[in-house]
Amino acid sequence: MDKMPKWADVVLIPLISLLLATILSALVILAIGENPVEAVNLMVTGALGSTYGWGYTLYYATNFMFTGLAVAVAFHARLFNIGGEGQAMLGGLGVAMVCLYIPWPHWSIALLGAGLSAALFGAAWAAIPAYLQAKRGSHIVITTIMFNFIAAAFLNYMLVNVMRPQGSQDPATARFPEAVHLPTFQSMFSTAENIVFRGAPANISFFVAVLACVVVWALIWRTRLGYEIRAYGHSETGAVYAGISPVRITIVAMLISGALAGLMAINNVMGEAERLVLNSTEGAGFIGIAVALMGRSHPFGVFLAALLFGFLYQGGAELALWTSIPRELIVVIQALVILFTGALDNMVRMPLEKLFLSLRRGAQ
Amino acid sequence: MEFFVTLIQVLDSTIRLATPLLLACLAGLYSERAGIFDIGLEGKMLISAFFSAAIAAVTGSVWLGLMAGIGASLVLSALHGVASITFRGNQLISGVAINFLASGLTVLIAQSWFKQGGRTPSLFGGGRFEPINFPFAEALSGVPIIGPIYSELLSGHSILVYVAFLMVPLTWWVLYRTRFGLRLRAVGENPAAVDTAGVSVVGLRFAAVAICGVLCGIAGAYLATALQAGFVKEMTAGRGFIALAALIFAKWRPWHAMWACLLFGLLQAIALRFQNIDLGGVVIPVQVMDALPYILTVVILAGFVGKAIPPRAGGEPYVKER
Repeated sequence: MDKMPKWADVVLIPLISLLLATILSALVILAIGENPVEAVNLMVTGALGSTYGWGYTLYYATNFMFTGLAVAVAFHARLFNIGGEGQAMLGGLGVAMVCLYIPWPHWSIALLGAGLSAALFGAAWAAIPAYLQAKRGSHIVITTIMFNFIAAAFLNYMLVNVMRPQGSQDPATARFPEAVHLPTFQSMFSTAENIVFRGAPANISFFVAVLACVVVWALIWRTRLGYEIRAYGHSETGAVYAGISPVRITIVAMLISGALAGLMAINNVMGEAERLVLNSTEGAGFIGIAVALMGRSHPFGVFLAALLFGFLYQGGAELALWTSIPRELIVVIQALVILFTGALDNMVRMPLEKLFLSLRRGAQ
Repeated sequence: MEFFVTLIQVLDSTIRLATPLLLACLAGLYSERAGIFDIGLEGKMLISAFFSAAIAAVTGSVWLGLMAGIGASLVLSALHGVASITFRGNQLISGVAINFLASGLTVLIAQSWFKQGGRTPSLFGGGRFEPINFPFAEALSGVPIIGPIYSELLSGHSILVYVAFLMVPLTWWVLYRTRFGLRLRAVGENPAAVDTAGVSVVGLRFAAVAICGVLCGIAGAYLATALQAGFVKEMTAGRGFIALAALIFAKWRPWHAMWACLLFGLLQAIALRFQNIDLGGVVIPVQVMDALPYILTVVILAGFVGKAIPPRAGGEPYVKER
């Protein structure tokens, strides 16, 4: 029998963890001599008070949905993919190559092509750590960390030595042609008299991300492969006994994970920057870890957690603009969320389990 | 002769750059040999770098700075210990959280304390570790070959460099010649056996994590108060991960760790001195040098050149039988 009801596991524990992280963050803000209530007010107005703020919040959330899903899929196979950052960088390279060197007639076909290329590049970057884990037993956490650094060096080389346009000092590719520019929320939702989302980077890839959430949900809970991934993550010996190949599941799960992380590039590279720059991922690959943990590796949870982090990112940017609190506050909050929902999970769980057990005894 | 001078200079900077790697690598060695994976080396170095520089800048004493750095690093170590030993949480996730915590907190505190865009004021005078010159270093510098080696390469580093390299034989001795070391290695391989022998698994693991904290603290303080003069945002620049790579490269052994760190230090020194290296027509871009430690580690991990087998109980929380 379970020690506590399912809703407590799915809803209560993340909420308590989030509450703890929030309290600590408030203490941090107090400690540096700012007012936490005012800070929250500023964040809410900045991130949610206007369509402009929403445009940024949803733009960030799109990134985090992709990377969060990437980490979540790997988590289901009990693999910890820290390499989302590197895979997203390579995804950016994939997008840039397709957008720059193929003359696309229309953005919709370009989006398909670029998405495919981004996913392929991301998956390819995850393939080597996956193979090494599956076949040679090399720890996937260490290899994906190493691959993040190798990706950064590789991208640096490509931008500085290969893809930089002649005469340009900036380590970045040329601007993508007009035909592959994705429709932004501004062009999609504005009417002649009422312009919304003015200048905000949210674009059509938000809907691709939401679609990805649905597809991942169907994959994990409604297909044979998803069942095998979950079975393998639950018990390797059990899965082997059921005839599931650990090598196949490890590699397939990591390829899907890498592809999802790579897909992020259609948002930040194709949708926003419209060229490939150094450090285009801005740590989104790592935020995916917090998002997946927070969302309990469930696509709907990832969706909500990504929105929350999108809000934190845009709110944090506003804070940095109007107060003396630097943007790094978000990194602290992110660390606390990872700490409480991930590493200190048992600290919240153990007392709760005791509470529910005693409640149940009392009821009998 | 010019080649020799260049060689001495590159090797000299190799030693300087290898020192923080070596300290962090040995830190990781204690922790991982006791069965606690630590990918938070980077974060502990970073927070120590900040607090050592901040306290040294405020008090003017580098030794107080060093103490503060070690203290800050120990706090994060304690957090890692509580998460991964007491609450049996995921050690890797805890390490990730610690890295972010340090990365965010350092800038946050630096900004509200010094208001210089997330850095500390520059250190000078007693706020930095001064180089130690060996006796007769000046007089002997004219002697060919041996002179430069003695006076340039070996002499003239800060005390922490010598501490780092002395830690290598000390670590070897502790691990392989003391009772504590035997138990430490045992707890990383088979904690149940250690528990059966009546030795506290939790106590040993906390001790290892604490040693790790102290060494990371020294590494961070070296970065901010000896190698450079003050803290700047993200100044560890992935060194914690290179140290982790070196640890795997060395297969969790102290002397090998030293050679691995010297090798990776050499790569950094070369990348720093020469940008793109021209080898008779074939140009090696500087990015290859940057990526080489990581590539080498992946190759080692892949087991194509000798196999790196981590301590068997590494990453597994120990649950006492009830």
